[in-house]
Amino acid sequence: MNSTAVASTGTEGKLWGGGNQPLKASYGKLMMWFFILSDALTFSGFLAAYGFSRFKYSTEWPIADEVFNHFPFLHGVDAPMFYVALMTFILIFSSVTMVLAVDAGHQMKKNKVVLYMALTILGGAIFVGSQAWEWANFIKGEYGAVETRSGSILQFVDANNDNKRISIEDVAMGESMSQREKHNANEGIWYKNESNLPTVSLDQVKNGFAAQPNLLVRTMTLNEEREKTVLDRQTSLEYLNNRGVGIVQGANLTHNEYGAPLFADFFFFITGFHGFHVFSGVVILCIIFFNVLLGTYERRGSYEMVEKVGLYWHFVDLVWVFVFTFFYLV
Amino acid sequence: MAHDIAHHDSSAAKKRIWTVFAYLSVLTIVEVFFGYLRPEFLIFHDLLGMSYLNWMFIILTIVKAYYITWAFMHMEHETKGLRRVVVWTAVFLICYLIAILLIEGAYIEEVYTNGHMTWDF
Repeated sequence: MNSTAVASTGTEGKLWGGGNQPLKASYGKLMMWFFILSDALTFSGFLAAYGFSRFKYSTEWPIADEVFNHFPFLHGVDAPMFYVALMTFILIFSSVTMVLAVDAGHQMKKNKVVLYMALTILGGAIFVGSQAWEWANFIKGEYGAVETRSGSILQFVDANNDNKRISIEDVAMGESMSQREKHNANEGIWYKNESNLPTVSLDQVKNGFAAQPNLLVRTMTLNEEREKTVLDRQTSLEYLNNRGVGIVQGANLTHNEYGAPLFADFFFFITGFHGFHVFSGVVILCIIFFNVLLGTYERRGSYEMVEKVGLYWHFVDLVWVFVFTFFYLV
Repeated sequence: MAHDIAHHDSSAAKKRIWTVFAYLSVLTIVEVFFGYLRPEFLIFHDLLGMSYLNWMFIILTIVKAYYITWAFMHMEHETKGLRRVVVWTAVFLICYLIAILLIEGAYIEEVYTNGHMTWDF
């Protein structure tokens, strides 16, 4: 009986011979590394897919500096990337406080763990809030654009003002011919809302554009200077009148005033997935924070749980470093 | 082993944390600085189909990733085995994925640009 069971391998002395801990890490930490590795590959998949689409549309991808140029309380000031750089700092700093909490845990200094974990939670919460603000600006849009039949975007610039962008609300003139009103949930049979109607109609934009000879159309195509192409007046009129089919203000999953709709899709998906990780991180940190307060780890004699959530938190920071580079810099 | 750090001098561990924070901050500031200025020399000169500026951003990002993983995630205190299991796996698979997807993306762009159909109307 039990003749197949091997009582001893005879190789116990060797590193991988059994009975050892060759990786010298606890089960919990190893599992956290497993999770981080698989999650890293998930994010790589998303970012590589973003790279694929960007290479596919390399001649017409939106310029990040023009899309993300808001800063709180500086309305109308062109501040490309500064806010997102600040967010990056906040996240890096929350990583620092996290690793300080882990360090304090090693020395069994409960009060310091409490302080540093609280700071980490604060940093994470500020980051998620900033992300929400960034999303709100992106969804709301700034200048608006005309969409063409092929789904491309036509934007407007003022030739008298150094080809600066001009909003479609400033282009538009005359009365709207559209009789459409926004459909609300309480008016229909199936209680469905429709999204906000554009504030101006296509014929108003066409009228206004024809009446103001200083206006030109800017297309999605990047030129030799790696800037967006501005058409001459004749071609501009032709493009607007023959190709334009609708108004886009802001961005959602199907329309995007900044350019290729895929850009918005990837932005929402990747920063959203990352933001979800930060949010989960804050929740897990809070749970462990209260456990620290209750003295659970003091009684257990080890703050390894803080170390494990720390690994996750640093990973979230690590992912953000890559998202920052590929969405905002490259 | 990460717990080794407990027996180390704690002030050395703290010093390491703040030094790494300084590195990460400086690297981020450099990135933002060049991202804001976009010097023409770095934008209009390519190496292997990518501008110098983008190479710079990507290399600096990998340096930052190295510091976060090694110092903050304590990879430098783990055993060689654990380090290789995690890092080599990720680096190999990510390189493979990126190579395939970017080559395909560039190919499709070529078909779109040189094909007989217009995509812009």
